[in-house]
Amino acid sequence: MHADKVFKALGDPTRRKLLDLLCERNGQTLGQLCENLDMARQSATQHLGILEAANLVSTVRRGREKLHFINPVPLHEVYERWVRKFERQRLSLLHDLKKELEGE
Amino acid sequence: MTKETTSFVYVTYVLSTPEKVFEAITKPDVARRYWGHENVSDWNPGSKWEHIRANDERTVELVGKVIEVSPPTRLVITWANASQASDPASYSRVTFEIEEYENMVRLTVTHDELEAGSGMANGVKQGWPAVLSSLKSFLETGRGIDLFAKPKSA
Repeated sequence: MHADKVFKALGDPTRRKLLDLLCERNGQTLGQLCENLDMARQSATQHLGILEAANLVSTVRRGREKLHFINPVPLHEVYERWVRKFERQRLSLLHDLKKELEGE
Repeated sequence: MTKETTSFVYVTYVLSTPEKVFEAITKPDVARRYWGHENVSDWNPGSKWEHIRANDERTVELVGKVIEVSPPTRLVITWANASQASDPASYSRVTFEIEEYENMVRLTVTHDELEAGSGMANGVKQGWPAVLSSLKSFLETGRGIDLFAKPKSA
């Protein structure tokens, strides 16, 4: 459902950097995130908006602050959809090779 | 001295109803099908709940108290390793919020009051994304993800 938005959101180095920053420390404000980014708050807000639309970032209001949290659930779905499938194939190839070599 | 705490917020959108999502968390025979565990309680505020592995051993892995229940939109529980049940400091808190969102349900799981860097904090960081994508898959397709799946050739 969100796959296009997820891949589009990940297709930008600033947005990946934002996710890395949240991975290091979850629940940061825009101001805290901007300290580690070389860009105006307005651009950072736009990038965070794209991440939030892709459900890769969720936000929680705490008083006057808006805290940003990395939400890895869509990434897990990408992993389930793509990576795990290939891992299984690769492992079964190794299994076949082993059988072949051992002459079973 | 208070310990440094950490929190996580997970969001998933599920093509389902709030009632079904709430049941998927609180009904043992539903939870076991996508979580591999059952959450067992009478779900009254103040009652205890247990997270039980849905296999023959039926190991109680997590325990806690029910803090707040308003079906089908909100559930708040405390959460600790069964082995640390007697240590009040080991309890963290999990809040499930279920909102209707267009034709979907937005499920937000907030896990907070976790001790930063603890085994539990690292464990839930791995666990929740898998559990929530399995829940989504189960409610949308009738099939969860086998959370204990091993590679085919193993």
